[in-house]
Amino acid sequence: MARIALEHVDKTYPNGYVAARDLSLEASDGELLVLVGPSGSGKSTVLRLMAGLERVSDGVIRIGERDVTDLPPQQRDIAMVFQNYALYPHMTVRQNLGFGLSIRKQAPAVIAGRVNAIAASLGLEALLDRKPAQLSGGQRQRVALGRAIVREPLAFLFDEPLSNLDAQLRVETRVELARLHRKLGATMVYVTHDQSEALTLGDRIAVLKEGVLQQIATPMELYRRPANKFVAGFIGSPAMNFIEGVIQRPDGAAGRIGMCTFKGIDLTLDVPCDGGTRRRVFLGVRPQHIEVSGDGENRPKAEVAVVEPMGNEQIVYVTLSGGDRLVAVAPPQELIKPGDIVSIRIRPEGVHIFDAETGSRIDASPYAIER
Amino acid sequence: MKLATGRWVFGGALVALMLFTLFPFYWAIVASLTSDAALFRDPSLWPQHLIFDHYRALFTERDFITPIRNSLVVAGTTTIFCLIVGTLAAYALARIEFRGKAAIMGFILAVTMFPQISIVSPLYLLLRSLHLIDTYPGLIMPYMTFAMPLTVWVLTGSIRQIPKDLEEAAHVDGATRLQSFTKILLPLAVPSLATTGILTFIYCWNEFLFALSFTLGPERQTVPVAIALFRGQYQVPWGEILAAAVVATAPVAAMVLVFQRRIVQGLTAGAVKG
Repeated sequence: MARIALEHVDKTYPNGYVAARDLSLEASDGELLVLVGPSGSGKSTVLRLMAGLERVSDGVIRIGERDVTDLPPQQRDIAMVFQNYALYPHMTVRQNLGFGLSIRKQAPAVIAGRVNAIAASLGLEALLDRKPAQLSGGQRQRVALGRAIVREPLAFLFDEPLSNLDAQLRVETRVELARLHRKLGATMVYVTHDQSEALTLGDRIAVLKEGVLQQIATPMELYRRPANKFVAGFIGSPAMNFIEGVIQRPDGAAGRIGMCTFKGIDLTLDVPCDGGTRRRVFLGVRPQHIEVSGDGENRPKAEVAVVEPMGNEQIVYVTLSGGDRLVAVAPPQELIKPGDIVSIRIRPEGVHIFDAETGSRIDASPYAIER
Repeated sequence: MKLATGRWVFGGALVALMLFTLFPFYWAIVASLTSDAALFRDPSLWPQHLIFDHYRALFTERDFITPIRNSLVVAGTTTIFCLIVGTLAAYALARIEFRGKAAIMGFILAVTMFPQISIVSPLYLLLRSLHLIDTYPGLIMPYMTFAMPLTVWVLTGSIRQIPKDLEEAAHVDGATRLQSFTKILLPLAVPSLATTGILTFIYCWNEFLFALSFTLGPERQTVPVAIALFRGQYQVPWGEILAAAVVATAPVAAMVLVFQRRIVQGLTAGAVKG
């Protein structure tokens, strides 16, 4: 097993499309690193760069301590699981599993032994003589996984391996993958656009946008302290609410304490603010940190637009008096109907402030919420 | 009720189409088994006496074996060369990025657009100066230039349809470019190789103009030329001509039937995604 590291990697396609820009990140030995981002973020390209299926325009790629930047895929000793599995349709499951070993001129007895062992551990024994066309989606997925494991490579790359499975199978396979990762202790890089997959699987998560690394952190860190507005909006479900506003120091107040004024909500926060200049910011609050209740004086009021009961909670869409729309998560027993006027309370621990221009996080600790 | 009528109409149309296409074959077979005398006096769709005289004459009096051998050699060699060169060219055109790809595809196609008759004389002079008149290479090389565009175009199209992921998976699994070509791409391209092979073979098997122009005597004449030269000064031996046509069609038909299984098999095995 070995680490995989990108050092200042650029990837520009001949047509001018930039898929990676000065990208440095590392999956350390035995780590499961998830690359996540919306489509077009360059996450699959990064994986293909690691595999050697694309050449970097600039920068260095290392697997272990070896510089593999100019090595073709077959010399990198890594395994990759493709989104559509890419099983060889003309070969049986047995031949598919053994292909990498037979290419490496292993003895037939060794190949047979390894293939049988892997087939047994993945429950594929009965399918060994079938062709991929005769398998279900889940079975193909397992064959693709087996084909990667059987070679005992230095590292594993996964390119959205669950996206072709139905919802239930996806969750099962996700658990299976996590178990496999623990068992093998292998370095894995996993690409997905699905944040729940990212949060549940990743030791660490790298969030990409337009080929630029936004943040690389543990799932908890990513959720609690998103580095910028993009990460904050991308991670978490339902997505974080953003309200535009300004930071201003109240007259006479000293030090870092600033007054935040948002449409319909005023907050006093401990934020850096320079004197008279007004700084445009976004207030970010996750729906889980907004309390909606029928009573409560002196609090911002909002009108309920839609209520989505989810069983263990209900998702409430409200419109503030200023016109901003918020999403809140309320406990299931709360009686809320569309049309109700409710009061809003933002929990102090749930406040995130982002600069309106750069989108980057402004560290703030709430002094006193509300007025 | 309406559905039933529709099916009857459809079925009727199918039968009509089949009769239309199969009748010439039927008539060729029947006529080749009828004596010349009967053929000219009162030809019948349901012959009373089947005779094999024409077939016997074909191989005893006329030495029809030689043209068949010539045709097999020329068509077979051309097909094999076309498939080898065509596959490699198609792989490059489908998988490798380089400048002027579209232009190359266009040029390859342009070759077929010359009317054959317009290049017979220059080709004849060329082949004569190379001392290739009345030889197998003298036919194989012109055939290759005319058959190659079809091979390249069809194979390029079918290779493009094979998911690139498969070769990439093979690379990651440790295969070199050549290995991923021979072990992954080629087996998957077999159905289209068979199809283009058959088409190339049929083209060469039936080609007449070049075969007539670039051969001198019966030693190197191919089947179509031989049949065309059956007719004497005073008579056309229809029975023998049709017998020869049947004999010449048989190997091609047999080949198609053999490969057809392979084609269907290949198509079903190619299903990757579910």
